[in-house]
Amino acid sequence: MAMAATSNADLPAAGRATATTNGRAAITCAGVTVRFVTDRRTVTALDSVSFEVAEGSFLTVLGPSGCGKSTLLRVVADLVMPSGGAVTILGGTPKQARQRRTLGFVFQDAALLPWRTAIANVELPLEVGGRPPLAPGEPTPSELLTLVGLKGWENAYPHELSGGMRQRVSIARALVGTPQVLLMDEPFGALDEITRDHLNEELLKIWQKMRTTILFVTHSIYEATFLGQQVLVLAANPGRVREIVTTDLPAGRGLDVRETERFVRLTAQLRQLLRAA
Amino acid sequence: MTDVAIMPDDGVAADEAAYRAIRRRLQWRRRVMPFVGVVGVLAAWAGLVYGLEVPPFIAPSPQAVAHTLVLKYDLLMRNLTPTAIEAVAGFLLGNLAAITIATVFVHNKMMEEAFFPVVVLVNTIPVVAKAPILVLLFGNGMEPKIAIAALVCFFPTLVNMVRGLESVNPQAIELMRILSASKREVFFKIRVHNSLPYLFSALKIAASTAVIGAIVGEWIGSTEGIGALIIQATYNFDSALLYATVIVGSSFSVLFFLAISMAERLVVRWHAPE
Repeated sequence: MAMAATSNADLPAAGRATATTNGRAAITCAGVTVRFVTDRRTVTALDSVSFEVAEGSFLTVLGPSGCGKSTLLRVVADLVMPSGGAVTILGGTPKQARQRRTLGFVFQDAALLPWRTAIANVELPLEVGGRPPLAPGEPTPSELLTLVGLKGWENAYPHELSGGMRQRVSIARALVGTPQVLLMDEPFGALDEITRDHLNEELLKIWQKMRTTILFVTHSIYEATFLGQQVLVLAANPGRVREIVTTDLPAGRGLDVRETERFVRLTAQLRQLLRAA
Repeated sequence: MTDVAIMPDDGVAADEAAYRAIRRRLQWRRRVMPFVGVVGVLAAWAGLVYGLEVPPFIAPSPQAVAHTLVLKYDLLMRNLTPTAIEAVAGFLLGNLAAITIATVFVHNKMMEEAFFPVVVLVNTIPVVAKAPILVLLFGNGMEPKIAIAALVCFFPTLVNMVRGLESVNPQAIELMRILSASKREVFFKIRVHNSLPYLFSALKIAASTAVIGAIVGEWIGSTEGIGALIIQATYNFDSALLYATVIVGSSFSVLFFLAISMAERLVVRWHAPE
């Protein structure tokens, strides 16, 4: 239990990062506890959550609704202050990571600005927060739209795009400036299964191309297994780490990997863990 | 052998032609029916006036009104000019004030908590009661009428503008925070754009209420303007002139409203949520 409700801001971050076994840790959560106080009651959303995400790896967070998985992502993104514990991102605090623009965030409902065209939405991160212009090698907004398969849709307004296309725009927006850490909050949760499958495959390809660290929250067992190198299973009430499962699926996998014995065994294991959670 | 009649398939072209024919008919109907309605009401009006032999000092016939519109065109236009100036000036002033104060309220919650109740209180005073107060304050020129028009525009715009600036998608705000955007950037990149659909629905209301405000202002000791002409025509039992004046006043309101609607279509090019 993280009873010490000390500020997380100034813990010796470097010391924690070196504790990684293999590869440098991009994200380290050490005893993260979040409590929400309301008039009626105090809810412990996360209770002493600790884990690490190695640089360049893909971790999915799986858990039932209300287990605090979105809260966890929000703590990493510096949108929620933890009541206890500390988050370290690339050796600094979440606030520093945010100010250095090392974070990309994809929301569940795309959160595009309806008055901006697709390309203008992707350009938004370059216009605010005093961000320096793109370096020569970095992908431009129009290149990113091409990467997510929306070439030719640059001047379409969000209401002219389907749900899946809107989410593609939002992924392109999160990738502007090549952030080292990409945080995704159930980005495909509102999409139909066919679109979701398709985007899962593409996200995997984008990740393999860009090699950014991804922390991906979902409540779909299949999505978590298919995408993650590791799946972190959260238990609810209060949210705590139930288990971290390494998937070890082939790197160039397509959707048909879901028919393999390994995949079926993994999903069975995860289902069991969720049931016990 | 079945005895079910199988429809011959005429192909895609026939289906498309049928679809277009239905659409054309509906479009035509949508354009014609409003005129049918107007003509119907005019006919009923004429029928009642002639049938019941209503004396001209109680209600005029449509022809008498049309006659007056042509005959007294100069008089009507001469009186429309001050009313139009007052309404437009009041509209600009009232809305500008409302937008400014909404911006202050959004940036300073304490100001909103302190002064929003005052604004609500002032708004509960009916226009006809506010008018004499402002005439006493500003004298007998155009100023009190402009002030009244401004005052009636002010409230709906303030309320809508505060809502538009504040009811921003929370995820958009979170996104701006992740991007380390300043408050200024959040205001100009998010809040202002978000408020535009709200602002225009308020402006469309204000366009007609501004005209009402100016006319009510002219009821009190004014010698020119649509409002003054209404009073004069009533006292002289000149019902044809009264009706003609009302028609001129409301035509101006409609034009004002249409102008704002067109501006809205130019500015708000995206579909507003909901």
